[in-house]
Amino acid sequence: MFENAPIIKSTKEFTATRNACKLCAPLGASVAFKGIRGCVPIIHGSQGCATYIRRYLISHFKEPVDIASSNFTEEATVFGGGANCDRAITNVIGQYNPEVVALTTTCLSETIGDDVKMYIHDYKKNSELKDLPAFVTASTPSYQGSHMDGFHEAVGAAIKAFAKGGEKGTHINIFPGFVSTEDLRQLKYLLSDFGIEFVMLPDYSETLDNPIWNTYKRIPEGGTPVSAIETCGRAAASIEFGTILNSGALSGRVKNTKLSATGAEYLEKEFEVKNYRMPLPIGVKNTDRFFNVLEEISGKEMPIRYLTERGRLIDSYADGHKYIFGKKAVVYGEEDFVVAMTTFLDEIGVEVVLAATGGESGNLEDQIRANCPERGEQILAKNMFDYEKIREWCQENKPDLLVGNSKAYYIARELDIPIVRCGFPIHDRIGGQRIKHLGYAGTQDLFDQVVNTMIQYKQDHSPVGYKYM
Amino acid sequence: MDAFINDRQNSILTKGKDNAAIACGKASVAGSVSQRACVFCGSRVVLYPIADALHLIHGPVGCAAYTWDIRGSLSSGPQIHRLSFTTDLKEKEVVFGGEERLYKALISLIDTYKPKGAFVYATCIVGVIGDDVEAVCRRVTREKGIDVIPVMSEGFNGTKKDGYKIACGALSKLIGTDTSFEAPEHSINILGDFNLAGELWMLAEYYKKMGVNLVAAMTGDGRVDDIRKAHKAQLNVVQCSGSMIGLAKEMKEKYGIPFMKVSYFGIEDMSDALYEVAKFFKSEEMMEKARKLVTEEISKLLPQLAQYREKLEGKKAAIYVGGAFKAISLVKALRLLGMKTVVVGSQTGNVDDYNLLKDMCDDGTIICDDSNPNELSEFVKQTGADLFIGGVKERPIAYKLGLGFCDHNHERKEALAGYEGMLNFAKEVYASVCSPVWQFMK
Ligand code: SF4
Ligand code: SF4
Repeated sequence: MFENAPIIKSTKEFTATRNACKLCAPLGASVAFKGIRGCVPIIHGSQGCATYIRRYLISHFKEPVDIASSNFTEEATVFGGGANCDRAITNVIGQYNPEVVALTTTCLSETIGDDVKMYIHDYKKNSELKDLPAFVTASTPSYQGSHMDGFHEAVGAAIKAFAKGGEKGTHINIFPGFVSTEDLRQLKYLLSDFGIEFVMLPDYSETLDNPIWNTYKRIPEGGTPVSAIETCGRAAASIEFGTILNSGALSGRVKNTKLSATGAEYLEKEFEVKNYRMPLPIGVKNTDRFFNVLEEISGKEMPIRYLTERGRLIDSYADGHKYIFGKKAVVYGEEDFVVAMTTFLDEIGVEVVLAATGGESGNLEDQIRANCPERGEQILAKNMFDYEKIREWCQENKPDLLVGNSKAYYIARELDIPIVRCGFPIHDRIGGQRIKHLGYAGTQDLFDQVVNTMIQYKQDHSPVGYKYM
Repeated sequence: MDAFINDRQNSILTKGKDNAAIACGKASVAGSVSQRACVFCGSRVVLYPIADALHLIHGPVGCAAYTWDIRGSLSSGPQIHRLSFTTDLKEKEVVFGGEERLYKALISLIDTYKPKGAFVYATCIVGVIGDDVEAVCRRVTREKGIDVIPVMSEGFNGTKKDGYKIACGALSKLIGTDTSFEAPEHSINILGDFNLAGELWMLAEYYKKMGVNLVAAMTGDGRVDDIRKAHKAQLNVVQCSGSMIGLAKEMKEKYGIPFMKVSYFGIEDMSDALYEVAKFFKSEEMMEKARKLVTEEISKLLPQLAQYREKLEGKKAAIYVGGAFKAISLVKALRLLGMKTVVVGSQTGNVDDYNLLKDMCDDGTIICDDSNPNELSEFVKQTGADLFIGGVKERPIAYKLGLGFCDHNHERKEALAGYEGMLNFAKEVYASVCSPVWQFMK
C-alpha cells in the first residue's frame, strides 16, 4: 500500500522548503524574453538550469522552447564565464541568426561575480560580424527572488536597453505580467477593438503557442519587435498589471545587482510616461478598473461587445451564485495572480480562507486587504508558503475548493477537494496555455468553472445523482 | 548542414558514409540547446526511487523545484522520495555560508519524516560558496543515528554521466553495512531498473517464477535496508549500463559479485535476460522454468502484436534517448514491429555503444551524440521519419512537425519493459503513428 506522509501540524517550522510554491528567476526571465521578436535567451551558467527550465516550460506550453546555455564547466566556475559567454553568443548567432540575444544569469554566474554586461560590451567590440543582434541582459540570481522577480527584471531590462524618448505619441504600453498566451491574445483583440494603438511587452502569445509548422522554425514567429520597444518611451501612458510585481523581499538582499524597478516604473521616471498600475483584470471590479482606464486614456467608450460581455457575466453571477456562496477556497501561486483571483472569488461570495504564495515580497497580505472588501480582513495571506504547508493547512481546515496551478493536484486527490486549474504551470492537462483568465470573457470562463466544479463535486458525491442543477 | 554548430560535426555520422568513430562523452558546446541536464540531474535520477530515504537538495530553489516528482518511479510503500526538499538558499547564505541552514533543515526533516537514510545533494552554488557538506552530514549521522550521505553533484562538474558515478558512490557507502544478513541461494540484485510504471515488479515476478530471489533493487522501489544487504547477492543483473555499470564493477572488485548486462526492452532482450540468469546459476530446473515462462509469454504476446505489426510495417522511426543501451533495445523492438530506425542518438552513449548501433542499423541511418532540437528536427525531415521516440523535451518537436511520438524516458507512465511492456509499446506506437490527426498536417 502507498503510504501517505505523516500528519504534521501546519504551524510546525521547517528550515527546508518542502515542495516549493515558486520557481527560480531565470525561468521567469526566459519567458519574458521569449516575448521579444526574434529573441533567443541564453541562460548563463551550467547546463542543468537551462535544461530543467526548458523541460518545465515545455510541459506547460507543449511547444518547443529553445533556450541556450553557456554550459559552465569547472574551469569557467573557477576562472569566470567570459569565454563561455562569448562562445555561447557566437554559436547562438550562427545557429539561429537572432534579432536579439538575451542573457539571463543564474545563481552560479552571479555568485562567482561574472559581469555579463562587460562581456557583451567586449563581445561587440571584438566581433567581426557586421550585423550583430541587439543584446539585453537580466541579472537573475534565484537566491534574490522567485521566477516572478526574474520575469519583471527581464521586462525592465528590455525597456531599459531599448526604449527611447522623444515626442509623445498616442499609443500606450501594456505590461500584462505573466499571463497565459490566450490572455495575451485576448488583450490584443480588446485593445484593437478599442482602437487603441499599443506596444505589449512581453508578447509570447505566438512564440510560445505556435500553430503547426511545415518546416521546423529555429525561432518561432511572433513577439514584440525591438523597434516597437523603442517607442515605449514616447507612449501616452503605460498600463501595468500587478501591484506586487518585483517589490520588496522578505529574505533580505545583501547585494543589489538588480534593477528593482519595473519597466513601467522606469518609463515613468525616465520619460514621464504615466503609469496606471492595477491588479490583473480578473473579476468584474478589476476588469471595470481596466476599462475605465482605457476609456480615460483613449477618450473612447467601451465597445458595445464588451458591454454585452459584462452584462452576460453579471447575469451568470445571478445564475450561479447559490452554488458557491460561502464555499471555502484556498488560492495559491504567484503573488499578483493570487491577489487578483482572491479579489474575484471575494466578489462572487466564495470565502477565500487561505491565500498562499512562495513569493517573498512580504506585501501579499496588504494587497489582499486592500483589494477584497467583502472578507479581506479574515483571509489568511501567506508569503513564503510551500505546497506541504498548504497541504497541512488543508488537512486541518478542510476547505471546499482549491484554485490555482496543477501542482496542488496531489493535495486535492489526497484530501478529496475539488480543484480549479488555472495560472501556471498546468502540467497534467492539455490547454494550460489556452486558459482564459483576463477581462469579462476570462472571468466568465473562470466563473463557470468554479460553479461547475462545485456542482460536479456535489453530484459525484450524491447517492442518487441528479439530472438538473 | 552548414548552419549547425561547427564543433559538433564529429558527433554526427551517417551509416555507410562516415567511417570515423563518433565523438562523444564530451561536455556540450556553449550556446547549444542541449537536451542534457547536469551532474546533479544524473545523481538525482539514480537515487530518486529510494522511497524511504530523505532527499534534500542543498542549493537555491530551482534545482529542487524542477525535479519534484518528475520520475514515474513507483514505490510499494513509503513515498518520501516524491517530496521535494530544498534548503532554498537565500543571498545571506550565499554570502555567509549555508551549513547552519543545512544542518537545521536536516534535523527538522529527519525528526518529522523518520527516513531510513538521507541523501544530501550539493548543487552548483554549494560547490562555490564552499560549504562543508560532508562535515554536516557526518554530524547529523552521529546525532540522528541514520546514514546521511553527501552526494557531491555540483552541476558544472562534468556531465550527467558523472552524476551517475557519484550516485553509485553514494550507494556503495550503504552496501555492505548490514553484516548479519545471509542471502538465500540463487539471489540477485537488479541494478539500473527504476520501477517506472511498476516495471520492476513485473521483472521480479518473472525471476520469482524461475526460483530466483531478489536481494536489492537499485534503485527501483528501493529501500535503504535492502541496499545494505546487497553485497550478499550472488549476481548483479545490470540494466541501463550507462548509469549503474560502475557500481557493478566496484561490487565485483570489493565483494567478488559477478555481473551481467541485460536489457528488458523487447522480446529478444527480455528473454535473454532470463536465460542468462538461469545459465549463470547452472540450474537446469531454473532454465526449464525460464523456457516455460518465455514460451507462455511469447505465445500470448505474438498474436496480439500481429495486428499492430500489420499497420506499422515499413514505417520509419527516429530515436533520441538518454542512454545508448536503451537505444539499442529500441532498434530491435521496432524491428519486431516491422519498423526501420532511420535516426538514432543518445545523450550519454560511448564509442562502443555507437559502434554497435552502426552495425545494427541500415545504411543511411543517422547516428548522433548529445544532439539538439535544431539537428533533430533536421534529421527527422531528411529521413522522413513517422515516429519519434524520446523524452518530454523532444515531444513538441515531433508534434510540431506532424509525426507520432512515443515517450521512452524517466517520466513515462506506461510500463514498456518485459512482455507486457512490449505490447504496451506496440499499442503506444500504433496509437500515435496511425492516428488520423496527422492528415491535417501534411
Ligand atoms: S542554480 Fe539557481 S538558476 Fe540554476 S536551477 Fe538552481 S535556482 Fe535556478
Ligand atoms: S544549479 Fe547546477 S546543479 Fe542545479 S540545476 Fe543548475 S546545473 Fe544543475
